[in-house]
Amino acid sequence: MAYSEKLLDHFKNPRNVGTLDKGSKTVGTGLVGAPECGDVMRLQIEVDEASGKITDAKFKTFGCGSAIASSSLATEWLKGKSVDEALSIDNMEIVEELALPPVKIHCSVLAEDAIKSAIADYRKKNGEAVEAAASSEKA
Amino acid sequence: MIYLDNNATTPADPRVVDTMIPFFYENPGNAASRNHPYGWVAEEAVDYAREQIANLIHVDPKEIIFTSGATEADNLAIKGVFEMYSRKGNHIITCTTEHKAVLDACKKVEKMGGEVTYLDVKGDGLIDLDELKAAITDKTVLVSIMYANNETGLIQPMKEIGEICEEKGVLFMSDATQAVGKIDVNPKELGIHLMAFTSHKMYGPKGVGALFVNRKNPRVKVTAQMDGGGHERGMRSGTLNVPGIVGFGKAAEIAMKEMKQDAERLSKLRDKLEQTLLANLEECEVNGNPAHRMPHVSNISFKHVEGEGLMMTFNQNIALSSGSACTSASLEPSYVLVAMGVGDELAHSSLRFSLGRFTKEEDIDYAIEAVTKGVNHMRDLSPIWEMYKEGVDLSSVEWSEH
Repeated sequence: MAYSEKLLDHFKNPRNVGTLDKGSKTVGTGLVGAPECGDVMRLQIEVDEASGKITDAKFKTFGCGSAIASSSLATEWLKGKSVDEALSIDNMEIVEELALPPVKIHCSVLAEDAIKSAIADYRKKNGEAVEAAASSEKA
Repeated sequence: MIYLDNNATTPADPRVVDTMIPFFYENPGNAASRNHPYGWVAEEAVDYAREQIANLIHVDPKEIIFTSGATEADNLAIKGVFEMYSRKGNHIITCTTEHKAVLDACKKVEKMGGEVTYLDVKGDGLIDLDELKAAITDKTVLVSIMYANNETGLIQPMKEIGEICEEKGVLFMSDATQAVGKIDVNPKELGIHLMAFTSHKMYGPKGVGALFVNRKNPRVKVTAQMDGGGHERGMRSGTLNVPGIVGFGKAAEIAMKEMKQDAERLSKLRDKLEQTLLANLEECEVNGNPAHRMPHVSNISFKHVEGEGLMMTFNQNIALSSGSACTSASLEPSYVLVAMGVGDELAHSSLRFSLGRFTKEEDIDYAIEAVTKGVNHMRDLSPIWEMYKEGVDLSSVEWSEH
């Protein structure tokens, strides 16, 4: 199938590939998906405690081109946002930005799950109430 | 662009196309037109092609029924035998790694009141002959086992299956789409009574295939699945695709002369591809028993890398297939590999390389380089590769299924 230029760009030049120290108190890690399903996303955020803003985001993804592009885009969007702002990222924004075909919408859902899961992990480490579960009803 | 997807379809041989062209212009006749020269020329051309195709598989030309392709031939054989032999029984035996054309025709038979046994395959992809023997009952009318698998190239033990069917007195049908024209196929010697195959997997045009139907000892008949003018000895109505059949015939003639040398050359290239990739990259597995394979096919799983993503690293330059769910309409990973016990994760990570007559050594060298680079790149991006490298036992991780 033919993918959009933006998707191909994120696939060919993925942004923010890497690993943050998952033991650090300022880092939240989300690991979603399963190898048997063909997608695993690990998304990490680093939060500046003083400002509450996300200063860094990294990902690694096992998956198809859309899954890789969705997670790459998510890391770009996360940087500079507050944790609350990050929680409001909706998978449909990813679908629109990358022009994901209908069969690939689950990749964007997985990226949203990864964001929520990383934030939940960060909040748990920092004793905050975890109201946003990593699960999403949109799949 | 390098084409390594010859199991999906082969490019037409230019010699084939050249023989077809006059049958669009100078000789546009209908082979069933009995009263003018246009019809006679067309009929003669069809008869000649029928002979070329019969020669390739060592059968009588009268035993070739032309169809629109192997899917139609599979349907005609399975549903046609089921209907024709309904007084004898209603049970068909096939296996789980068959092509959808066979599996879905069998599902239809079940809806029509038949019973179907789907034999499992062993880890090497081959059926268990004892299981086959045990599955045959006095209601069994047909055993349908493919000659060579489209995804793995695995060749089933045809001769042994033929002997079992002979002993038990049941008909043996084989979908030989991936084998005919690539290796020597001799249904009479193997005890195959019905055999489906197609032109576009042997460098002929698309849209034309054939069903071999044994005429003597036993005389096999199938109930027509399409009603009409009673063409093809009443088994398949419909105006014959004369240019397609002419091309199919030429493709068969070329295959007969060249398939042996093609197979020798391609098996060397395939082995080079496979061995170099396995040497370049750790954690790769060849799927299927290498001792029972078509010479031009290799199916490899690259652990911790997803197949569609991997293909996207080089699909501007190399065409091939993957068992990844993301490349299938069903969003399920390859059922063939899963049936072999490969596991969903490794099925997602598989690539199928299928070489062909026009594959050159430099194509293989390029593919080796591109795939090696692609796998390394995708592993750098893969969290499970990182976890594997850190010594994490991936089976102990609690994954969130979705």
